[in-house]
Amino acid sequence: MGEIILRGRKVAGGRAEGEAIVARENFSGFGGLDRETGMIIDERHPLYGRCIGGKILVMNGAKGSSSFSTHFHHVRLNGAGPLAILYNVATSKMVMGAIVSHVPAMTGFDIDPLSVIEDGDLVRVDADSGVVCVVKARSS
Amino acid sequence: MRLTNEEKAMRDGSCGLAVAKAMDLLIRYGDAVGAENLIDVSSVSAGIITDGKTAPGKGDTAPFDAFFSEFYLDSSESVKIPRVRANTCTILHEMDSKLWQVQGVSQKTHDICDYLEDCCNRIGFAPAYTCAPYLVGYVPVKGEHCAWMESSAVPLCNSVFGGRTNTEGIESTGAAMLTGKIPNWGYHLDENRRGHYLVEVEHDVISGRDWGLMGYYIGHVVQEKIPVYSGIKNLPSLRKLMYCSAAGASSGGVEMFHIVGVTPEAYTAETAFGNRKPADVLKFGKNELKDAYERLQTASDPDVNFVMLGCPHYSLEEIWRISMMLEGKHIADHSNLWVFAPNAIKAMADRAGYTAVIEKAGGYIMCDTCPCIAETVPAGTKVFATDSPKQAHHMHSIMKIPAWYGSMEDCVNAALTGRWEGEF
Repeated sequence: MGEIILRGRKVAGGRAEGEAIVARENFSGFGGLDRETGMIIDERHPLYGRCIGGKILVMNGAKGSSSFSTHFHHVRLNGAGPLAILYNVATSKMVMGAIVSHVPAMTGFDIDPLSVIEDGDLVRVDADSGVVCVVKARSS
Repeated sequence: MRLTNEEKAMRDGSCGLAVAKAMDLLIRYGDAVGAENLIDVSSVSAGIITDGKTAPGKGDTAPFDAFFSEFYLDSSESVKIPRVRANTCTILHEMDSKLWQVQGVSQKTHDICDYLEDCCNRIGFAPAYTCAPYLVGYVPVKGEHCAWMESSAVPLCNSVFGGRTNTEGIESTGAAMLTGKIPNWGYHLDENRRGHYLVEVEHDVISGRDWGLMGYYIGHVVQEKIPVYSGIKNLPSLRKLMYCSAAGASSGGVEMFHIVGVTPEAYTAETAFGNRKPADVLKFGKNELKDAYERLQTASDPDVNFVMLGCPHYSLEEIWRISMMLEGKHIADHSNLWVFAPNAIKAMADRAGYTAVIEKAGGYIMCDTCPCIAETVPAGTKVFATDSPKQAHHMHSIMKIPAWYGSMEDCVNAALTGRWEGEF
């Protein structure tokens, strides 16, 4: 089974390992993410009904209301936060959401994580060294 | 990030523990985005979102200090919160201070909001309580740096007034209000304020509804990039730009846009793009307008029992117009009309007699909140109508209530008849 290595920049330090959940469209905090459960509640979103808790969250960026980070903050306090966050587009919303999640977070990758990571892949994040290792769940 | 000696001293505790925590958060934030330095901000606007767990202190600020430390400074350690350094106002919280029972807000939420308001007032966190702080005096001049929350207000700050802000979160505005500073990155820098997409507007975009639909359609396409609208023949009012801003920040994450010949950094298309080529050229015509309109109609039942107006909050002009439409009339049985405005505007509406006209017709002017923030609607609401793409979009997600979207006139008519008769 091959591994794919991505290199990027640290947003918040630390290491984590877990299963990926990949948001292929941006979601909003307000109206998009349930503060209690970490569930995606926007019916228009492909991840509707799924939870980000205990997963390596891979996303392009944030959208919607400025309470985006507050939703991630509440989700963390309610024990429903992700294990790590990987994103492409740095907006204040996205960056603050990642910082207040108190988990390893990275951005600025050499390879777009959305192009190689799929739901269910095993992902190891080492934000301090700027390395992400992806083990595919299915061989393509 | 390079810090001045003053900033280093703040970090090290010269202004107390809370300011040190605030500076620590700004440093984590600035380092994460690669900012070179911090800049001084002239105004801060920040929301109040209760956690439902903070119990009001009886003449005691300890619960507020714990709440503020966690949610505004990202600190699980509770520190004493001092007076703010920056000119700071609140955006929304969960209740109207007078009509909270009509709103359906619980006694518990009321008591928490009341307590937090008192504590915010004590530290100089001013009670504007509006998503549209620019309607009540928080207006930057071109080039002024701000730290604003509220996704609908940010594009107006950047695009229309020429102020400079990113869409901050509660935590970063908390740190900004105690220090008067924010990392210098994103929309604070010239190079990030140039257009990405050229939008060739082929349809006559005239009404507030047209502007809301255009913002909604384009926001979905460009997400967080900067659209440059070209071919606008009719000068939009501030209200129309408010609909456009709020819509583009709901379907997407638009924090800035340009309108060639209208907004201050788009004297020409070339200045808007900073002599770069557009990444793509988008068309906005009648088909796109219709597409956005249809996506916002999540209702199918024409019986409407709740009409919500004032997202973003209304100015006195819209309240005046509604009072004229309602003069001598009454809304339908089982119908509810809630009009949202800043408390300072409501005070004027009271003196002008508009509030009395609207109340006589069976409606309410509510302040300081909105249905999506409070998560309350009139009892028995099954279908609602609004003139706001943002409210239509979010109410469907948050409250699972289907929406009819249309003009202010369509909505007032729906309140009077209890039926939706708006058409594209």
